[in-house]
Amino acid sequence: MNWLLVLCGAAVGAPLRYLTDRAVQSRHDSVFPWGTFTANVTGCLVLGLLTGAVAAGAASSQLQLLLGTGLCGALSTYSTFSYETLRLAESGARFLAAMNAVASVVAGLGAAFVGVALAEALWA
Amino acid sequence: MGVRQARGAGPRAAPALLRRRPALLRRRPALLRGQGPTVAAVALGGMLGAAARYGAALLWPTAPGTFPWTTLVVNVAGCAAMGVLMVVITEGRQVHRLVRPFLGTGVLGGFTTFSTYAVDIENLTDLHTARTALVYLALTLLAALAAVWLAATATRRVLGLTPGRHGR
Repeated sequence: MNWLLVLCGAAVGAPLRYLTDRAVQSRHDSVFPWGTFTANVTGCLVLGLLTGAVAAGAASSQLQLLLGTGLCGALSTYSTFSYETLRLAESGARFLAAMNAVASVVAGLGAAFVGVALAEALWA
Repeated sequence: MGVRQARGAGPRAAPALLRRRPALLRRRPALLRGQGPTVAAVALGGMLGAAARYGAALLWPTAPGTFPWTTLVVNVAGCAAMGVLMVVITEGRQVHRLVRPFLGTGVLGGFTTFSTYAVDIENLTDLHTARTALVYLALTLLAALAAVWLAATATRRVLGLTPGRHGR
């Protein structure tokens, strides 16, 4: 059952990242990977909210597996993030590569903190 | 979209060129058009990747407040695999068009995670283990970037490819 929850979450999360990336990338001309950035920050916010809700007893561990391990885990990605950073660095855009690394970590962490705080305000 | 004058709406209708919708207002190609096989490949790959990550977490659980080694190893391993894969399929040989969505976006994208990384750091900070949080934050980032770079470089060397030349 637990495996099924993770699989179901991932079956939605991974295509959601792919489609988010396509939608975002078609709306700007810069080489900055805004698509992956958007998917990662969104995943951090939702997982923060969920983790806070579980800590406050407002969400079950099943929901944690479905939406946390499955959906948010597959929606966010470290491998594409690091590959896109490498591509920027190799193409000569070293500043953008550094910006991508720093901004992704800062925004992702910020979103996680906001999510947890929001959950505490809502359910604690 | 806005209500526009019907085509050929009598003699007072604007000339054809003016009647045409400006480029910005024209409907974008549907996000999903022709994307069925790709989305299915991403979903299937994502399920496999996420299952592998979940399996790793069950095999090697890390207690709250301790260093999240399992997530770190999963993320770094996924980055190294991505370095190999992307060099092989974008600079090496021609592969089926579903290989990248299945293996790259799906399996490796679903295997690695940014959200667990961020929320684990939040938890460690919350539990007053700020030093562990900081080490985890920096070590994951540096190891992931080093892994993708080393893996891509090594793969180019093995395949006899010129560094930095991308045949897209």
